[in-house]
This record gives sequence, structure tokens and C-alpha cells, in this order.
Amino acid sequence: MSDPIKKVSIIVSKGSLEGVYPGLIMANGARAEGIEANLFFTFFGLDAIHKRRIGHIKVATVGNPGMHIPSLVGVLPGMSAVATKMMEKKMDGLDIPGIPEFVEMIGDTGAGIYACKASVDMFGFTEADFVEHVQGIITVGEFYEMAAGGQIIFT
Amino acid sequence: MSTQTIAGVAVDVTDEGFLTDPEQWTRDIGVEIARAEGIDPLTPPHWQVIEFMRSEYFEKGTGPTVRVLGKTSGVSVKELYQLFPKGPAKVAAKIAGIPKPRGCV
Repeated sequence: MSDPIKKVSIIVSKGSLEGVYPGLIMANGARAEGIEANLFFTFFGLDAIHKRRIGHIKVATVGNPGMHIPSLVGVLPGMSAVATKMMEKKMDGLDIPGIPEFVEMIGDTGAGIYACKASVDMFGFTEADFVEHVQGIITVGEFYEMAAGGQIIFT
Repeated sequence: MSTQTIAGVAVDVTDEGFLTDPEQWTRDIGVEIARAEGIDPLTPPHWQVIEFMRSEYFEKGTGPTVRVLGKTSGVSVKELYQLFPKGPAKVAAKIAGIPKPRGCV
């Protein structure tokens, strides 16, 4: 058997529901296996740790072939909200928490949660814009330092 | 699957060391598995989690996830990871003599 994974550093770069969940599930799952985990939120992924936006992450209904609805339908007002509600209901049934609770829980597992400095500067955010489990705004160099010796996963 | 003697009792275990029959479990077996997992001694909060896992298992047929443990066992997620640093659901299930939980969350 090959050596078990000891550390993962996961980058979340997208701000859609389907863009955010995989990274959260992988980070939480890593901790559940006793693997050290860091989450690094960059670009639109920052929405998933932004105080006012974290509760409003939506499924992309346009330009998303996986939704199996024509883009012309997906563009209708409210479509994204409806699709998001449906998906959240399904996930709730599977005992998967909503994003705000999930981020809090991942913080409690001892995983590191960080915001990317370049993106934070670009969007004009400050530390006060982020939920309390965010441990800091770090540069890409600091991220690599933190990720040293482990696996890096980009989502 | 193989048979192993833990705390003087012959029990059936999986390749990963999880008991296949939770009825074979005793507290002494729990103590010995915990020691092998690097948890020594088992404190009252450890036992609170272990007993909760067993009662959930016998009631529902499957061990609880970390999220459920955090919400209903009376021990928070943060404390769960302090008590069982190598993964609360997995390690506590092993010590409690119930099958390894297979949930993704």
C-alpha cells in the first residue's frame, strides 16, 4: 500500500454552489480521516466566506450543461433560486449542511481557512468582510509554504 | 476479516480493525483499541461519545456522522476533534466496536 495522504490544501476558486461544495466536502472529509486540511478561497470563491454573501451561493443555471435545462430557460428570473432551493433540499435530506454551517463546522474540525490576498485586494474586501472562521488573508507564497509536504487540490 | 484477541476476548475484526459484531464488544476492548489508536486514558467525555455512538448504532443501524455527533452527543465538533484527533467518527466507531461509518460528510 502506498503512503497515506497526510495533508491537503484545497483551493476554492468558484462562487457557485456546485463550485463551492466539492472543496468543502473534500476538506471536511480529509479532517474526518485525520488528514490535515487547509482551505484557500480565491477569486469568486471568496463569496463562500463573505459574511453577506455566504448565505446566497447559487447554482449556475446558465452555461451549465449538467443542469439539463436549455440556457434560454435557465436565464429566466428566479430559475437559479429555484434550482438552488431544490438542490439544498436534496442535500439536507442527505445530512449535508448549508454552506454557512459547513464552513463553521470545517473551522471547528481544525482545518485552516484562508482568503487569497490578491483577490481580496481586487474586490476591495477587508478582514471584517469575512466570517469569523477565516484565519487570515494570505499571499500565494504563504499558501505554498503552508501547503508544503502535502497535496494541492484546485477546484 | 480475521479473528483477533483483544483484552482477552476473541473477536472478529475487519482488515482495518473494526469489530464486525458489536455484540462482542466490552469496555475493556474499547480501552485496548483506544490505546492502540494512541488515546490513553479514555476520559469521561470520550466515554460519552463512545456510548452515544453505540446507542445510535443499535437504534439506527449505522454510526452517526461527525455533524450528528456534534449536534446531539453533547460534545461539540471542536471538542470531538480534540478527543479523537485522527477523526472522531472513524476512531470513535472503532473504539465503540461498531462498523466504520461510510458517510461523505
